[in-house]
Amino acid sequence: MIDYIYLTVLLPLLGFLINGLLGPKIKNEKLIGIIGSSTVGISFLVVLFALIQTVGLPADQRTNVVELFTWLNVAGLNIKFAYLVDPLSLTMAMVVTGVGFLIHVYSIGYMHGDKAFWKFFAYLNLFIFAMMNLILGDNFVVLFLGWEGVGLCSYLLIGFWYEKNFEKGTVPQAAKKAFIVNRIGDFGFLLGMFLIYSTFDSLNFLDVFSKAEYFPVSEATFGLIAIFLFIGAKGKSAQIPLFVWLPDAMAGPTPVSALIHAATMVTAGVYMVARASIIFASAPAVMTVVAVIGMLTAFFAATIGLVQNDIKKVLAYSTVSQLGYMFLALGVGAFSAGIFHVMTHAFFKALLFLGAGSIIHSMHEEQNIQKYGNLKKYMPKTFITFVIAAFAISGFPGLSGFFSKDEILWYSYANGNLFFWIVGAITAVLTAFYMFRLVTLTFFGKERFNKSEKHPHESPAVMTIPLMILAFLAVVGGYIGIPEIFSGEHGNVFHNWLMPVFAAADRKMAVYGTHTHLEEIVLMVISVAAALGAIYAAYIIYTKRIEVANKTASKLKGLYTTLFNKYYVDEAYEFAVIKPIQKGSEKLLWKFFDVKIVDGIVNGAASLVDVVSSVIRKMQTGVAQFYLIIMSLGIALVLFWIILSL
Amino acid sequence: MEQSALLTYLILIPFAGSIILFAFKEKHAQLIRWFGLFVSGLAFILSLVIYFSFDAAKPGFQFTHKVLWIDSLNVSYHVGADGISVLLILLTTFITPLTLLSSWKSIQKKVKMFTIMMLFLEVGMLGVFMSLDIFLFYIFWEVMLIPMYFIIGIWGGEQRIYASVKFFIYTMFGSLLMLVAIIWLAVYASEVTGSFTTDLLELYKIGPTIARDTQNWMFLAFLLSFAIKVPLFPLHTWLPDAHVQAPTAGSVILAGVLLKMGTYGMLRFNLPLFPQSAMQYAPFISVLAVIGIIYGALVAMVQTDMKKLVAYSSVSHLGFVVLGIFALTEESIQGAVIQMVNHGLSTGALFLLVGIVYERTHRREISYYGGIAKLVPVYATAMMIASLSSIGLPGLNGFIGEFLILLGSFKSQSLDSWWFVIFGATGVIFAAVYLLWMYERVFFGKVTNPKLESELTDLNKRELLVLIPIFVLIVWIGIYPSTFLNLTEVSTQSILQHVSSFTINLLN
Repeated sequence: MIDYIYLTVLLPLLGFLINGLLGPKIKNEKLIGIIGSSTVGISFLVVLFALIQTVGLPADQRTNVVELFTWLNVAGLNIKFAYLVDPLSLTMAMVVTGVGFLIHVYSIGYMHGDKAFWKFFAYLNLFIFAMMNLILGDNFVVLFLGWEGVGLCSYLLIGFWYEKNFEKGTVPQAAKKAFIVNRIGDFGFLLGMFLIYSTFDSLNFLDVFSKAEYFPVSEATFGLIAIFLFIGAKGKSAQIPLFVWLPDAMAGPTPVSALIHAATMVTAGVYMVARASIIFASAPAVMTVVAVIGMLTAFFAATIGLVQNDIKKVLAYSTVSQLGYMFLALGVGAFSAGIFHVMTHAFFKALLFLGAGSIIHSMHEEQNIQKYGNLKKYMPKTFITFVIAAFAISGFPGLSGFFSKDEILWYSYANGNLFFWIVGAITAVLTAFYMFRLVTLTFFGKERFNKSEKHPHESPAVMTIPLMILAFLAVVGGYIGIPEIFSGEHGNVFHNWLMPVFAAADRKMAVYGTHTHLEEIVLMVISVAAALGAIYAAYIIYTKRIEVANKTASKLKGLYTTLFNKYYVDEAYEFAVIKPIQKGSEKLLWKFFDVKIVDGIVNGAASLVDVVSSVIRKMQTGVAQFYLIIMSLGIALVLFWIILSL
Repeated sequence: MEQSALLTYLILIPFAGSIILFAFKEKHAQLIRWFGLFVSGLAFILSLVIYFSFDAAKPGFQFTHKVLWIDSLNVSYHVGADGISVLLILLTTFITPLTLLSSWKSIQKKVKMFTIMMLFLEVGMLGVFMSLDIFLFYIFWEVMLIPMYFIIGIWGGEQRIYASVKFFIYTMFGSLLMLVAIIWLAVYASEVTGSFTTDLLELYKIGPTIARDTQNWMFLAFLLSFAIKVPLFPLHTWLPDAHVQAPTAGSVILAGVLLKMGTYGMLRFNLPLFPQSAMQYAPFISVLAVIGIIYGALVAMVQTDMKKLVAYSSVSHLGFVVLGIFALTEESIQGAVIQMVNHGLSTGALFLLVGIVYERTHRREISYYGGIAKLVPVYATAMMIASLSSIGLPGLNGFIGEFLILLGSFKSQSLDSWWFVIFGATGVIFAAVYLLWMYERVFFGKVTNPKLESELTDLNKRELLVLIPIFVLIVWIGIYPSTFLNLTEVSTQSILQHVSSFTINLLN
């Protein structure tokens, strides 16, 4: 099936075209939903078979390229629409088509009755099309096609309900913000590509990466390339300082938040860095930058998550925070650990968002967790699956998040330093706390809504079945990546699977000091115990001792409002960047420079001609004698001049 | 060289068409429209024949046709086409019938004169892209000003007189200096070779031998004329006025084809005639180009009039083209050439779309609109596609041009600095800002103006017929640009080889 991998790109495109062009005529929601979901479902099967086929190959033959046609062939640049099928792209493709399929199915229920139901599915399919290009492209340019394509779909889907207001602004403003912040990242990515091309004379992955390993290229050049690419990754994966769009992206329908803004698109930056691992590994200084940015993003986003009341906002900041973890992993050179977390996070975070969607649906679009309470009674399936996901993200031993997060924490210490580990572990505690604050306020305690107005109810099977499948994955998904400490030397299946992709980077990086198993166990026990403590504390505080939370909030009022207002980052950007550019463009460039200076000169020249000619015109008196005098004077002057020059 | 009159026939079609039209009666407006469409359609078909019989692998000019014209001055009617010419000829004959079709309803007064002017304009544009004699080139270059002057001045908006005079004088001013340079060149040629000549192919050999000081003046005289036409910052202020006041068809032709005459002139004259000067001034011109990219985008962002916004966006987009030309790499020039076409398609589409709502409401202010995506969904989709093409989304045409230009400029030896690209690439961000912001205010949100509900109707079949061919090309170039890049590859290489053969020692 490897040779047919392009079907996973073409089928969603076909779905987009069918639903996009014929959707308004089809009208039948079921048919539209089936068309949209089946293209992704079949793509999943294609990926699955390609995966099985690849697993059957010897480890050194697991990289295959499927070429379609030439896209750009100019001078030394030769870019093909070609797809790279290797362990890394297959892993990502499994997640995207698998989780993507479940979310498509869920959307049939969630979007039921929407007047643009067809459009929603068309956009979702277009997204999968772009995302598959991003993952499978065998060169930077096809990756970039997907990269900007998913950005477009994100824009279209965030702005799906374009008539609505969102927080202080409107839904379309949130959509635009996402696109533009992403474009700032894309600017970096473009520069990265240009520098790669001028350094290696190619933009093809296999070509560039093999040259990167052996070419005599300075560390500074590698560093610049890596920084440029990392700017791109920051935009897409919402890292400091470009994370501001992701919380606003919650203006979109919840399945979109689950698919694009949690499980798949936002991890594209992680994928890209992992794909270019050899370049990053050749720039140790940039690796440190990646790790530090990741760590800081993880921490700060988690602190904001502590005090938000909008259920989707909490999850959005949680996503930013978890993405930070992934970059922390990449930064310390634990590439496969980063990808592993991409996968487990896709399971439990998609589940959390879909669960949130189920709750929001039954609560008539109410998103404030302070106005929930005791929902476990009304929606048991959503409750159980949601709690499973919450435990998974908190790193409860045995669940998927435990394995991936623990691996990251361990490498942040083993390859990095104790400080990385401490901040990482504190973030884990914060994560456990805000997740269970959310769980407790939503599902436990007393109903804090008007029961005569709102009648919470369990969602239909088309929505709950995807929840259950994801819950299953959130539980068992980690077992393919059991750390070596439990599975023995070379026992980590996931790590071994991705090993060939990262081998070159591993060779390039310095050898790290060895650490004992005891250290690993001790650190693990500490972080897990602290997280469990946080879960318990959150449960107790928000069921029985709510005054503790309120008191703390009023005691630390400054901190609380700072966190509640997300450190005022949006306001700072507005004040320092957006307003000056807008005002400067209008007042200085347009109304002053264009109108006053340039046109002033142009019109001034015209009026000068006008003035001069109106003066000269007066000489045209029509009196012949006057002309004669002027003529004689002229002749005299010429004669005089001739005599002088003799 | 093999002679062929195909190109001459191509010019003769719209020329004869416009002559024949004089015999029509003004009251048969519908017949006149159909006739104009027929003639321009015929020209398009012939240009397709030219495209298919063109051998892109051969360097040099094909379909050359040379007839001695002014014996005493040794001026010939000499036309011919290389790949770049063929591409721009195709663009011209492709856009012209579409603009005529788009004016079906919007032009009601003096239809006969309008159609004559449009066909006459086509003659001028085609002539510019195929002239191989600089005197002939100059004639076509100037001839084309006249119909455009009338199109803006007669069928334009409220301030059409100011705009048309400004347009005319601005361009005329530049052209005069070019005329001086042309005469000087011809005289110089007679000193060097013993015979007076304005033949471009002859002058290609002579131009590079001109002493550097003089060559610089010649270069600048040509450049000024072309830079005004492009327009290159800071010579752009005629453009917003001309665009805003021109009728839709005029704006589309202006953006779609006329501006490209400037960049075409740079490629055809400035680079090969004065290669040393081109190399010397490349960084300076590129600075202006990059300023234009950013400046045009920022000023576009704060416009309140949709048409003016699109007009300023042209300043930004053409900045990319000029940057690509003077970066002097194969990637960047190929990108610049395809970007000329791209800009014609995407900005042409944007002007058509703005014109379509203007026809219904007679309002262009962004603030008049709001939430119209709900009222006119097909129109909204069309505007989205045109905007994305202009923004440079990969998979659509704009990306191909911008990407190649920036990629080539980054490794350019004539510029020899990354800053051009670093600043230029910010245009990618700003393009998203001004177009999406406009889109948000016009299309999204609730319907703010109740009048719109009765005024606006969605695209009709004729309008779709105008837009769909453009959209097909937008996607075609985005996915499979080889069709067009292959056409210009050899021509680009020969220009570059010519330039580098004279400047190789300047680089070190």
